[in-house]
Amino acid sequence: MAEMTYRDAVAAAIAQEMAHDPSVVLIGEDVGAAGGVFKATVGLLEKFGPNRVVDTPISEQAILGAAMGAAMTGLRPVAEVMFSDFFAVCWDIVANEIAKARYMTNGQVSLPLVIRTANGGGVRFGAQHSQSVESWAMSIPGLKVVAPSTPRDVIGLFAAAVRDPDPVIFFEQKSLYPTKGEVEEGELVDELGRASTRRQGTDVTVVALAAMVPRALDAAEALAQEGVSAEVIDLRSLVPLDVTTIAGSVARTGHLVTVEENPRLCGWGAEVASIVAEECLFDLDGPIVRVTTPHAPLPAADALEDAAMPSVARIVEGVRRSLA
Amino acid sequence: MFLSRSRSGAEAPRGEKGVSRQAAEAPPGQGPRPGTEGPTGGADERAEGREMSAGATSSVGPERDSGGPPGGTQLQGAAPDVPAAGQGAAGRGWSPPAGTGTAPAQVRISLYRQMATMRAFEKRAYDLFLEGLVKGTSHLGLGQEAIAAGFGEAMRPGDYTFATYRGHNHCLARGVPMARIMGELMGRSNGLMAGKGGSMHLTSVEHNMMGSYAIVGAHLTIANGAAWSAKLRGSGQVTVCFFGDGTTNIGAFHEALNFASVYSLPVVFVCENNLWMEYTPIQSVTAVARPAADRAGAYGLPPVVIDGNDADAVYAVASSALEWVRSGAGPLLIEALTYRHGGHSRADPGKYRPEDELSSWLARDPLPRFRARLVESGTDPAMLDAIDLDIDAAVARAVEECRASGPPDTNLVTADVFADGGATWRR
Repeated sequence: MAEMTYRDAVAAAIAQEMAHDPSVVLIGEDVGAAGGVFKATVGLLEKFGPNRVVDTPISEQAILGAAMGAAMTGLRPVAEVMFSDFFAVCWDIVANEIAKARYMTNGQVSLPLVIRTANGGGVRFGAQHSQSVESWAMSIPGLKVVAPSTPRDVIGLFAAAVRDPDPVIFFEQKSLYPTKGEVEEGELVDELGRASTRRQGTDVTVVALAAMVPRALDAAEALAQEGVSAEVIDLRSLVPLDVTTIAGSVARTGHLVTVEENPRLCGWGAEVASIVAEECLFDLDGPIVRVTTPHAPLPAADALEDAAMPSVARIVEGVRRSLA
Repeated sequence: MFLSRSRSGAEAPRGEKGVSRQAAEAPPGQGPRPGTEGPTGGADERAEGREMSAGATSSVGPERDSGGPPGGTQLQGAAPDVPAAGQGAAGRGWSPPAGTGTAPAQVRISLYRQMATMRAFEKRAYDLFLEGLVKGTSHLGLGQEAIAAGFGEAMRPGDYTFATYRGHNHCLARGVPMARIMGELMGRSNGLMAGKGGSMHLTSVEHNMMGSYAIVGAHLTIANGAAWSAKLRGSGQVTVCFFGDGTTNIGAFHEALNFASVYSLPVVFVCENNLWMEYTPIQSVTAVARPAADRAGAYGLPPVVIDGNDADAVYAVASSALEWVRSGAGPLLIEALTYRHGGHSRADPGKYRPEDELSSWLARDPLPRFRARLVESGTDPAMLDAIDLDIDAAVARAVEECRASGPPDTNLVTADVFADGGATWRR
């Protein structure tokens, strides 16, 4: 075991997969010589050379189109969209082209590619560099959607994403880059669609993703002080969605709270809530509560951003409402 | 190094020497430009300087015939302000071969067969639409056959095609069976994609027809990816990406051209300039007269305009361009002037187009024009008639196959969303 930052785990994950498979290539703005604007790709250019680590112009459509065309013809590209907000300038390639190619061609085209992107707020970058857009991706048939919360999962889930035959949107939560965690030695490869129960509890199920996972764990710790036993589930991927783990937990606790960094409307928690309402209604002993960012863009100032995003206090309050 | 930005490409393949550029043979309809003559549509083919004659051997460079195409478009020409070859940009040093008519006889017969097949297929598709058997929308390539045939004939089997929603011709050019394409238009189970894609998304990976794309501009970036892959794999494959004139005003076009040029990708971009985007003339909404060629310089590429209604010319240019690009010298952008005989899509009669423009272009219909030239150069008309009959029979057989084919199994609605063959998003 070694301690590693989430940021270094990204580089380690890419290196692991590039070493594992020579058809894996990395392409994006500043990913090579600069080592990434978040320093999450440091050392890869030196290790794998400019044929496989490609610095591009600021051309998100060209980057993702190139990744798609390369994936169609024998490579396994890893493309970086520097900030997930920038999906808005290349969403055609993601939603119309990449997501639909296998389906429209009746299975002729396979797109084994990963799009990595820095997602989410907490770093005071303002409304165009802080959004959590995982729900955008979740709503498009044909995409898999992954968002790790720990350095260890960055590696295991990234490897699973690269080796998956479908296009995967891999959200790296940018507020997590400096966080540290233990990572075991050797090659790590996980399976997509397996949630992880980070804390066991009996009174309420708290479902969270990415940066909201440590926050939910802090809330669970606070709730424990007042005698509430919260179970915290880290979804790890939205597609595939681990309904089995969620439903199993709700069956035991009778209460569900989702914690989402995205704004309220059509956030992934709404899908989780609807599934639980449809399939687990008689397990519920209280209302489903969603803790989200309000239906508003994220403001830049620290005081405002902190007030907008789900806080430990708001999660605790949400759990109390569910249990009331 | 694979993606090095070195421009040191191999020596440029050159066009045949001693052939004339088709100075007088110019498609009409590009609109008035200063200092040029008006349309010449309907000119006698034999008077067009078609066959080999003394004259210039290259169209790149300041010296140029005065008799360019009407409307000011320079066929196979480069603007005088373009630096001479060897100044270090991708594509510099290449110029389209001037003149045509040097292709082997069997290639020219094949070109004829290709074009006649496309023509017969599209006409039948239109008839089936009127019968209510082809549903939804489709965009016919009637009138634009020479571009698809010329490039299709010049491409190697391993080369990749990327086309637009007006892609039936390009599919046929890669050898995709007619019945599979027609079945897709008709929504039948024998369709190329079992009816899941439709007319605008024809794809046949086994023929390296890597798709027809219906969002304007997107596929130029995707074509780059296939070219990047081929370059990294060292496969020698070239990607040819066809698109319309309207594409030149969308951002993806510019991103893709820059990207291809920066990494010297083995891709040929072919703008099928049929003068009309959908219902609006391209010239009325574009800052430059030649929508693709006048943008080429911004990406270090030579401006190239060719007569896209001349199968010989297209084949000659395509052969030269493919050889150049295959050598590792970087991408090329070719603007091929043409005209769609019908409207934008099937529901559009295309009545907004000026009658004289339409008639002058119909007079330059690539199929009878090429046939006349073949006969003139000694091909037995009876052989061409036999080809026509053969094609008619093949189209009829294809339609019968489609009629006999049932609707697709509705289980396909949720098939192949993901690689496991289904649409399962949860566990």
